[in-house]
Amino acid sequence: MAQGNNSIKKILIVAFSLCIVCSVIVSTAAVALRPMQQLNQELDRKTNILNVARLYEPGMDIEQAFREQITARVVELETGDYTDQFDADTFDGFEAARDPATGRTLSGPRDIAGLSRVENYAAVYLVGDPEDPEQIVLPIRGQGLWGRMMGFLSVEGDGNTIVSITYYDHSETPGLGAEVNNPRWQSQWEGKEIFDEEGDLNPAIRVVKGSGSGVHEVDGLSGATLTANGVNNMLQFWLSPEGFGEYLARFRSGVDQEDAQEADVELEAEGA
Amino acid sequence: MADINAKGALTAPIFKNNPIALQILGICSALAVTTSMSVSLVMTLAVVFVTAFSNLFVSLIRNHIPSSIRIIVQMTIIASLVIVVDQILKAYAYEMSKQLSVFVGLIITNCIVMGRAEGFAMSNSPGISFLDGIGNGLGYGFVLMVVGFFRELLGAGSVFGFTVLPTVQNGGWYVPNGLLLLPPSAFFIIGLLIWAIRSFNPEQVEDNEFKMKHNTKPKEAV
Repeated sequence: MAQGNNSIKKILIVAFSLCIVCSVIVSTAAVALRPMQQLNQELDRKTNILNVARLYEPGMDIEQAFREQITARVVELETGDYTDQFDADTFDGFEAARDPATGRTLSGPRDIAGLSRVENYAAVYLVGDPEDPEQIVLPIRGQGLWGRMMGFLSVEGDGNTIVSITYYDHSETPGLGAEVNNPRWQSQWEGKEIFDEEGDLNPAIRVVKGSGSGVHEVDGLSGATLTANGVNNMLQFWLSPEGFGEYLARFRSGVDQEDAQEADVELEAEGA
Repeated sequence: MADINAKGALTAPIFKNNPIALQILGICSALAVTTSMSVSLVMTLAVVFVTAFSNLFVSLIRNHIPSSIRIIVQMTIIASLVIVVDQILKAYAYEMSKQLSVFVGLIITNCIVMGRAEGFAMSNSPGISFLDGIGNGLGYGFVLMVVGFFRELLGAGSVFGFTVLPTVQNGGWYVPNGLLLLPPSAFFIIGLLIWAIRSFNPEQVEDNEFKMKHNTKPKEAV
């Protein structure tokens, strides 16, 4: 090592110039690659939405298929009405939950899905005619075994029959909990019904151990009880009036406005 | 002299002086990313890239690095390279970067990269340091691929995502071994691998730090 390297002047020069060079390299890479990364994220989200709606085929033009078949809308969860306050294409539920203006804190027994904060608005994706959709794709999220699981649930236009479920971001154990994305497990969701009787706003669908029989029961994952519990809990939350219950009631026959309003009153009483 | 060493710098770390099997470095990430072979492969490429270029850059400026801040200088170079690799993966291999998640970022703390920068690149010329970096990255990758092969084959019944043993979940006959999908199983496989390599190369076996007496009675031992 050359002499004089340890003078304070030299140390400062080396440290300073190294920092400049490295920060230029890092920021160049970050800025230059950002459009590509956002494109990837967007494409990934759209692929998952198409996938859960069973419209995805390998090699298809995702952007085009999405544009032609899917309409995004933002729903106010409390009333179940659409709102044009936000841009549905860029609305991010997770960000909205963190913002005090658009989210609320959950605590105790109301926080069954382990979310701690939840948004008051959510983006839903309508397949086909937005006025009378063939399918409704709902974003769901909640705590699994190792961490947060983010996914989509697609429901038929009757607001009751499940088409499929998928998770696009989770950290469950490969081979055990990560089997939530196994097509064989996903396929048993098809045709299951969320609510049992007409007018009830609380979901009847359950993930059960053993053989899931009946129209409201889905067989759990062997070796991944806690992941299956997480899936169950997040469905209980997101399909209840706290989540998409009110919104789905719009599509279901037999829920007349009076019943829905009664449930509203009950919910408010609980909230107070 | 560089010519004589060039081949050795590149190939010695793969078997003779393997960073994982002989020096027992970089175990942490070897446990985490070896659940499937494709993930192991991408991780290997990332580590080869980072060790090679960190060695090159550290070696290039080695005569100007004040010894009092040399570790920080090395870390800054390594960290910058890792961030660049992470950004590239996010842009061009998004699915893969989702699976590797934090472990690309954790290459920064991989002792192999730091160890080679401090132990080799600080005292050798850039060309040979670069080769040494590639060699050590490959040595790390070799262990990763072997571990990944067994874990994916026995844990998920596939190799590189192609089904070899059809599993029960997918209607086949093979009941996958769930333990192999969990990080501790990599400990066993790495242990067996070290055993195999040292049986093959007995000179790698370390001397005992102390000798145990024959037939020691418990009261004598205390």
